[in-house]
Amino acid sequence: MDGIYLDNNATTKVDPEIMAAMMPFFTEYYGNPSSIHMFGERVGREIKAARKKVQALLGAEHDSEIVFTSCGTEADSTAILSALKAQPERKEIITSTVEHPAILTLCEYLEKEGYTIHRIGVDKQGRLDMDAYKAALSDKVAIVSIMWANNETGTLFPIEELAELAHAAGVMFHTDAVQVVGKLPIDLKTTKIDMLSLSGHKLHAPKGIGALYVRRGLRFRPLLRGGHQERGRRAGTENAAGIVAMGKAAELALEHMDFENTVIKGLRDRLETALVEAVPCSFVTGDVDNRLPNTANIAFEYIEGEAILMLLNKEGIAASSGSACTSGSLEPSHVMRAMEIPYTAAHGTVRFSLSRYNTPEEIEKVIAVVPGIMARLRKMSPYWTENGPAQEPEKEFNPVYA
Amino acid sequence: MWEYSDEVKEHFFNPKNAGAVDGANAIGEVGSISCGDALRLTLKVDDANDVILDAGFQTFGCGSAIASSSALTEIIKGMNVDEALKVSNNDIAEFLGGLPPEKMHCSVMGKEALEAAVANYRGEEWVDDHEEGELVCKCFGIEAPMIEEQVRLNGLRTIEEVTNYTKAGGGCSTCHEKIEEIISTVLADLGEAAPSFDAKPSAPLVQPEAASAAPKPMTNLQRIRRIEMVLESMRPTLKADGGDVELVEVEGNTVYVNMTGACAGCQLAASTLGGIQQRLIEEMGEFIKVVPASQMSATQQAEG
Repeated sequence: MDGIYLDNNATTKVDPEIMAAMMPFFTEYYGNPSSIHMFGERVGREIKAARKKVQALLGAEHDSEIVFTSCGTEADSTAILSALKAQPERKEIITSTVEHPAILTLCEYLEKEGYTIHRIGVDKQGRLDMDAYKAALSDKVAIVSIMWANNETGTLFPIEELAELAHAAGVMFHTDAVQVVGKLPIDLKTTKIDMLSLSGHKLHAPKGIGALYVRRGLRFRPLLRGGHQERGRRAGTENAAGIVAMGKAAELALEHMDFENTVIKGLRDRLETALVEAVPCSFVTGDVDNRLPNTANIAFEYIEGEAILMLLNKEGIAASSGSACTSGSLEPSHVMRAMEIPYTAAHGTVRFSLSRYNTPEEIEKVIAVVPGIMARLRKMSPYWTENGPAQEPEKEFNPVYA
Repeated sequence: MWEYSDEVKEHFFNPKNAGAVDGANAIGEVGSISCGDALRLTLKVDDANDVILDAGFQTFGCGSAIASSSALTEIIKGMNVDEALKVSNNDIAEFLGGLPPEKMHCSVMGKEALEAAVANYRGEEWVDDHEEGELVCKCFGIEAPMIEEQVRLNGLRTIEEVTNYTKAGGGCSTCHEKIEEIISTVLADLGEAAPSFDAKPSAPLVQPEAASAAPKPMTNLQRIRRIEMVLESMRPTLKADGGDVELVEVEGNTVYVNMTGACAGCQLAASTLGGIQQRLIEEMGEFIKVVPASQMSATQQAEG
């Protein structure tokens, strides 16, 4: 499909090499890896190789610490529910206000079941409130689950430090690292992280494959029971093609790690600097000095995200927005609200997320197109006058809200 | 992304009457919390005969909010204010070839901006009486505040009762968990204990004995009777809105119906048909396509 794809935090293109690696597992190597015969044996061997590659990407000490799942969400649910089952006397969970719904919605549900949820807040740059975090740690807490990088802003939390603190307090530590794995170097064996979730389709493998890292010796209770697969920690016949793809994706991500942190980061910086300069009343959200190399989240004030995305789409540019309208939910993104971004800016946030497939030419085209789109929408905005934003937007325009 | 009609896209990409009208003597400013959208409508009304000479909009909002604003201004230009006030949000949605259920509130915002502008022209104060909230039932476009209000006013205790009063939950049934939550929350507010919900609907359409005999294929007559039964069970909710449905013909998996009363030409007719189809699929245990009878001859000709 033609077009400029800048929505790689949502999902990525399947790398042709990965595609080629997995195809034989739909055609020739269709055996069940548990089977004793040659049809199964080959598949079993390739799954083992894939596990080693994921181990290498994560810097895990043992390959048996990798449990393949169907997606990142399953890995997240498995981690939290395992911690609760394994420590029934502990009834509290620590998380953050800016987590992915895979964590937040599960926590809301568990709250109704009687668990206490500590949601640690962030400041206006999206940085975690460390004092509140330390205060929440206690022997009543079953698990800490805090994301490594925020999917909307790319802001990184100090996960190694958070894990150390949890470890010192005797609390299990899980991190949803779906946005970080493949983008930044990770060396789990030197950290105190107990569990870590990743997702294949964020690093150029297909949808439908994820993994959970479970530190050796950690008390663990499976989500799915019924078979010996994944050493009894995740029953169900293996998604062999997906696992092979994940292995290949891990290998390629390691190879491209430098590229991601130099070239891609350079493209991101060029895009961001040029847009903020060219579009008045726009600013970058999140912790600018401490974030993923591929993510730029820019708030364009006084206009709304879905309208921006539709006009971008017409120009063949794909991005995403924290606007309420794009999700069908009531409010703008909970991440933007947690950072206290004003409504008129939060609705106009646009996330550009790059991958190794983006080119400098694409970035220049986006830079050329975006200012015109913003000007066009602002011309229609009641918060905007001919000379720029209304002097006192609240006085200039004060609608009756339903 | 939403499925927007061509008309919505046209009015978004090439909006009509964007910007404020010079010399406006009627201004309406409203916002919708659901989307964080806001709209300022400016009108120039002829003092002598109340005719709207010009209309302009300024909108902070999504694609359908901008399209709804554009549509509204096109519709009302040339009307006198009394005629304009008769324009409903459904008229705006219809003008745009329909809106996704999640986006119907954009047309409501247009309607409210018009009311506010006319009130401003007449020197009155406009009061908003429409409460918006989370969309619960996507089949029938029912929002949470409406369900809460009905549960509170009528002491509703079951999903079935909620469906009878509001239509919510009468289609694909995937919102039942949310409806149970609303019932429990409202009752807790009233200081009542939460009801225990049945794991299965209290009054199944298909009797257990009949269900156990299901493997035997039904005769045509039995199938038609079963379809009639399902339609009958949905009739009260349709009638509550002044509409009705009649079975015209059954051909294989295709069920032709006539939407009558208020359902005829209603903006939500398509989603109502969708709701009926979903119910039929569940009750009949086979794929059923519900088609307006008006399309019957065309289809038959195509087949013939």
